[in-house]
Amino acid sequence: MKKIALVLLSVLMLAGIFTACGTGDYTATINVYNWGVYISDGSDGYIDVNKAFTEATGIKVNYTTFDSNETLYTKLKSGGVSYDVIVPSDYMIGALAAEGLLLELDYSNIPNYQYVDESFRGLSYDPEEKYTVPYTWGTVGLIYNTKYVTKPVDSWSLMWDEDYAGKILMFDNPRDAFAIAELLLGYDVNTTDETQLQACADKLAEQKELVQSYVMDQVFAQMENEEAWVAAYYAGDYLLMRESNEDLAFCFPKEGFNLFVDAFCIPTCSRNKALAEQYINFLTSPEISGENMSYLGYSTPLTAARQYLEEDVAASEIAYPSAETLSAGVTFDTLPTETSNFISEAFNKIKASGSGWSVWIFVVIGAVLVAAAVLLILRKKKRNKY
Amino acid sequence: MKSRVKLLAAPYLAWLLIFTIVPLCVVVYFAFTDADGHVTLANLGAMRDYLPTFADSLLLAAISAAICLLIGYPTAYAITRAPASRQRFLILLIMLPMCMSFLLRTLALVALLEDQGILNNILSAVGLGRVTLIRRPAAVVAGMVYNYLPYMIMPLHSVLVKLDGKLIEAAQDLGCSRLRVLLRVILPLSVPGIISGVTMVFVPAVSTFYISKKLGGTSTAMIGDIIESQFKTSYNLNAGAAMSLVLMIIVFICMGIMNRFTGDSEVDLL
Repeated sequence: MKKIALVLLSVLMLAGIFTACGTGDYTATINVYNWGVYISDGSDGYIDVNKAFTEATGIKVNYTTFDSNETLYTKLKSGGVSYDVIVPSDYMIGALAAEGLLLELDYSNIPNYQYVDESFRGLSYDPEEKYTVPYTWGTVGLIYNTKYVTKPVDSWSLMWDEDYAGKILMFDNPRDAFAIAELLLGYDVNTTDETQLQACADKLAEQKELVQSYVMDQVFAQMENEEAWVAAYYAGDYLLMRESNEDLAFCFPKEGFNLFVDAFCIPTCSRNKALAEQYINFLTSPEISGENMSYLGYSTPLTAARQYLEEDVAASEIAYPSAETLSAGVTFDTLPTETSNFISEAFNKIKASGSGWSVWIFVVIGAVLVAAAVLLILRKKKRNKY
Repeated sequence: MKSRVKLLAAPYLAWLLIFTIVPLCVVVYFAFTDADGHVTLANLGAMRDYLPTFADSLLLAAISAAICLLIGYPTAYAITRAPASRQRFLILLIMLPMCMSFLLRTLALVALLEDQGILNNILSAVGLGRVTLIRRPAAVVAGMVYNYLPYMIMPLHSVLVKLDGKLIEAAQDLGCSRLRVLLRVILPLSVPGIISGVTMVFVPAVSTFYISKKLGGTSTAMIGDIIESQFKTSYNLNAGAAMSLVLMIIVFICMGIMNRFTGDSEVDLL
């Protein structure tokens, strides 16, 4: 009896699988590739943007995430993928456009583009307004835990403070990491001068032994549970982190900070350009943008969206700093390929620079092995004599 | 007869060709060319900057393999001494952790060891104060031993279980002490198991990348981490391929040396 029930059950299950495949109605799907923790996903009672889009249009969203512009770039360059919407940052958009990896947008499919503020149009990464619709903008600053960091904080030098050795989190991507060293040393964040860049690399190498780890979105967990006390990261993410740990504070360093724009683009590997434009249009509507940014903490490039923001977010000096604060912000330009290769190789070397002591162990082991081999051969020869 | 046996190996040979030989050729191609496809030795020349990282990785992997052997050998031996019915259960216990993703197991270890982790919270709750357990080379070794131990025990067990009990009895009859039985009979006969166990731990350990990133500090980057970032963020396929090639050659040399030193006994398992 039991056996029969089992067989029946498996038959039913199999049937279920097949019918699910067979009769499931075809729905259009778009592949969206965005930063991690970069959309309101329905948690804490906020809007679930992707779900709202599917409900409004019937288009399914296959949503995946990356953790740095460089990861996104590698994915697109390596091929074998198809994304319909991607959200790179300014300097990466310039690089992607220059390499012909972006499709020109049909702005007539994106009527909500009209709400995008003038100041976010035609920026250096897309001067002719061909490839992008801005999604968010924001700043990079110092995040620290006031429980452990009691001295006044106003400078990037906090990231080099030996009092917090082992409790410092540094960016795990070359561009953001180098920018901090450049600002601290008083260089232009877009410098292509290799002596200056080498000085920055040395500065970062000097910092390495104080750094707990090089991270991207792991910064959330590490800062929230106080495993680390000091981090350089994006302001919007700080606002999200503070929801979980009220001791966290944010500071715009006096040396200046990166001011960035992340924008929607459609890569050449897209298979559903029209649907992708529909998605971009949906997320650019003031209402959706406002609700999305209320959760996200990043800043909206649509003034019209501000009325939909939660009051404390709209009033936040961190999400929407005063013009005076913003004047210290610097934007990233697209670097020449040689320069970006130089900094990414230098960054790899910084991360790889080991203690070096183990080399000597292998020299010794090698010597011992050679000696042993010689002994063995001698012994065999002796044996062969007899 | 012989051609028939060869025919049996055909599926594996095809597999080998498509998934091992061809990718290997691609790795070699990338290692010896630059981004524009010109032949160059610059990628391999740049390896000297990463020499300390190679050495660190080899050392940590060797230590992990040694610890796995020290823990795994007695365990495997004890399992073979157990009654057959219990053996199966014990093997199951050894295999059990492998049912879970090793990423998850490593993250669990992080949660256990970190400064605000479970162990440290217990220590501080009983008034012993916090100790730094994570982000040191020892934590990386612990992670690798934890993850790769089953790969040591399984081959050891399969060799030890086939060990002819009569040989041990004979040795005992001839007056060998227990220690001498172990050293002169059991150990030499289990060399094939030791070799394949050490190989199966050492090879994945030397190229590991996730464990060291999670459990190690900034000074314990392993070569696997660097290779990963060459492919993942730097988009420097040529440098990544050159590193993989050098690593592969080093591993082959290590295996070669190991096989030479045990060349007297039959090593069929590899």
